[in-house]
Amino acid sequence: MNKIAKLFVTFISAITLALVSFSSSFAKVEGEYIVLGSAISLTGKYSSNGVHTQNGYNMAVERINKMGGVEVQGKKYKFEIIYYDDESNPKRAAQLAERLIKQDGVHYMLGPYSSGLTKAIAPVTEKYKIPMVEANGASRSLFTKGYKYLFAVLSPANQYLEVAIDLAVEKNGGKGVKIAQAFEQDAFSQDVRLGILDAAKRTGSEIIIDDKLPKELNDMAATLAKVKATKPDVLVVSGHTKGALTAIRQISEMKVDVPMLAMTHCDAAKLSKQHGKKSEFALCASQWHKNLSYKDKFFGSGKKYAKDFQKEFGYDPPYQSAESSAALLVFKDAFERANSFDRDAVRDALVDTEMQTFYGNIKFGPGGQNVAKPMILFQVRCKGDDCENRVVAPTKWASDKFYHPIPKWSDRS
Amino acid sequence: MLMVQASLDGILLGILFALIAYGMALQWGVMNIINIAQGDLVILGGYIAYTMYLAGIHPAWGVIVSPIIMYFIGVLLYKLVINKVVDRDLFISILATFGIAIVFQQLMNFIFGADVVVAQSEYGTTMLFDNSVTLPNSKIFSAFISVLYAVALVIYMKKSRLGRAIRATAQNARAAKILGVDTEKVYAATFGINAALCGIAGALISITLTLHPYVGLPYTVRSFMIVIVAGLGNLPAVALSGMGLGLFEEFADYILGTEFRIGAVFMLLVFILVYRRFKLSKKREYLK
Repeated sequence: MNKIAKLFVTFISAITLALVSFSSSFAKVEGEYIVLGSAISLTGKYSSNGVHTQNGYNMAVERINKMGGVEVQGKKYKFEIIYYDDESNPKRAAQLAERLIKQDGVHYMLGPYSSGLTKAIAPVTEKYKIPMVEANGASRSLFTKGYKYLFAVLSPANQYLEVAIDLAVEKNGGKGVKIAQAFEQDAFSQDVRLGILDAAKRTGSEIIIDDKLPKELNDMAATLAKVKATKPDVLVVSGHTKGALTAIRQISEMKVDVPMLAMTHCDAAKLSKQHGKKSEFALCASQWHKNLSYKDKFFGSGKKYAKDFQKEFGYDPPYQSAESSAALLVFKDAFERANSFDRDAVRDALVDTEMQTFYGNIKFGPGGQNVAKPMILFQVRCKGDDCENRVVAPTKWASDKFYHPIPKWSDRS
Repeated sequence: MLMVQASLDGILLGILFALIAYGMALQWGVMNIINIAQGDLVILGGYIAYTMYLAGIHPAWGVIVSPIIMYFIGVLLYKLVINKVVDRDLFISILATFGIAIVFQQLMNFIFGADVVVAQSEYGTTMLFDNSVTLPNSKIFSAFISVLYAVALVIYMKKSRLGRAIRATAQNARAAKILGVDTEKVYAATFGINAALCGIAGALISITLTLHPYVGLPYTVRSFMIVIVAGLGNLPAVALSGMGLGLFEEFADYILGTEFRIGAVFMLLVFILVYRRFKLSKKREYLK
């Protein structure tokens, strides 16, 4: 009896194993569909940016499928994405990545939203050797771990505001400037900070205030009072949307005069809309802007992308959506060049990516980060009460001149 | 000048914290419930004011509308959940309100979205000492309103029938019941008043700080601390300890750096708890 039971168990496990391996070896491509997987924040604190990311993915899937899909070995395939909601929770994201790979048999992944969640998923995709193209994890630490299957279409976080320091130095006649900075204590913002430290060293600038903002940040009056007393040339703030909104609120209330104010997350925070004229002259780092002149055959230009996106989803695309759409273009390109569904062949094709998309040029560095696309800076400018973001750097795409220095509060109406 | 700025910022912020803490002290004292959802009630109150702002009404009216709506939400919450945990172990009430906090966060996220939002009061700024010290009028307004409501509440508690019933219940619920006080009603009203106080504080936060569905917890922690320091049912002590906490936070920020701001607050909490224990142990020795 015991023997029979043992045999039975063995038999069942053998069948299960066979089923699992069978499903996973074929589920990556089902019929005419290439199945991609993504854990994405549809609820929880990242849900608005999670939805932007998902919309970007969906828009690209629809467009690529409509325009003929992906051609591999003479056959046309369409993209399909399996989504799971990671609840903005890194642990959950890692579990879902396992589930996508092991249960759903997904062989190619798209990234989640935010550096933190990407960091949680990357070890899983690496373990199973699953190529992941991600569009929303910019933290430098993602690209220094030696990951071989991680590819990011966006510029790393340390590049976000380096340009701003260069600009300040340029305005100061090439001499170093005095920098005051306040960064939230999270992976992304601290990477932005490292970029500033590098830029300061390179340009001979001096950092006179270097505050770290707590995660529960809702008040930075103390930092701003110090700024007022020490009169730096540049004030740099990075603390996600909360940081951007708090900074503008308190700078305007405390009438802090600085010649230059550089920030991140202005567009995600809808700064020009929420704070209107108070946010004027703020300089913001962005991965993308619709006015840039990059082109591709799927979306045309940035402006056309923005128009189509607006039509489809009813709002102007933030850069989170644009870069997510670009991730699909990268996958399509890699599949076609690999001309195979072999994971390693696709991975090797990804390594050799060198292309232009509406979002920007894409070429991956040794760590997997995109090295072909510069960050852009825009400045909030207002006409009457109507404020919008205008590109001011790099000069190649600037639609407006960089306004410097910021007029004093006493001179602003 | 920096010190003057820090002191004023701290006091104005502290008064607002004190209002939230007073609500917590009240229902803790009366019902023996530690409300983990306190901060989330505050944020919900803020969103009510923000919704008014979106509809084109000045968000400052939120300090009147928000407490009214929040009172009813509070009473409803009592009828649905809290009345089942009032006489139970403190631990159960913490669990229950923790659950409420999660539900509220998700609901707010669902209804208002996960974006950080602010309402604009356009109150401008008061400048002192030749523009070297600035006081946002919205913060002065919020401190003024907090004090106003706190004073009104104290008078109400002293003079009104319900106020007296609440105080009687806090002293001894069973005795109050025997003497004809409808404690069920008192509990519901107390929880409603606490929610209303949170509503006022939330409306004030919408014009002075920022709103987000998940930032409630720091407000819970701060009010918890203020109450621990001040003790239950002692409004002047709550106000003082609120202002003290605000001051301490600002000075910690200046002297130690922003990164130690919250850390310093927790260190203070540990210090106070240890000090209290130390004092108590002395007393016990005396009793021997």
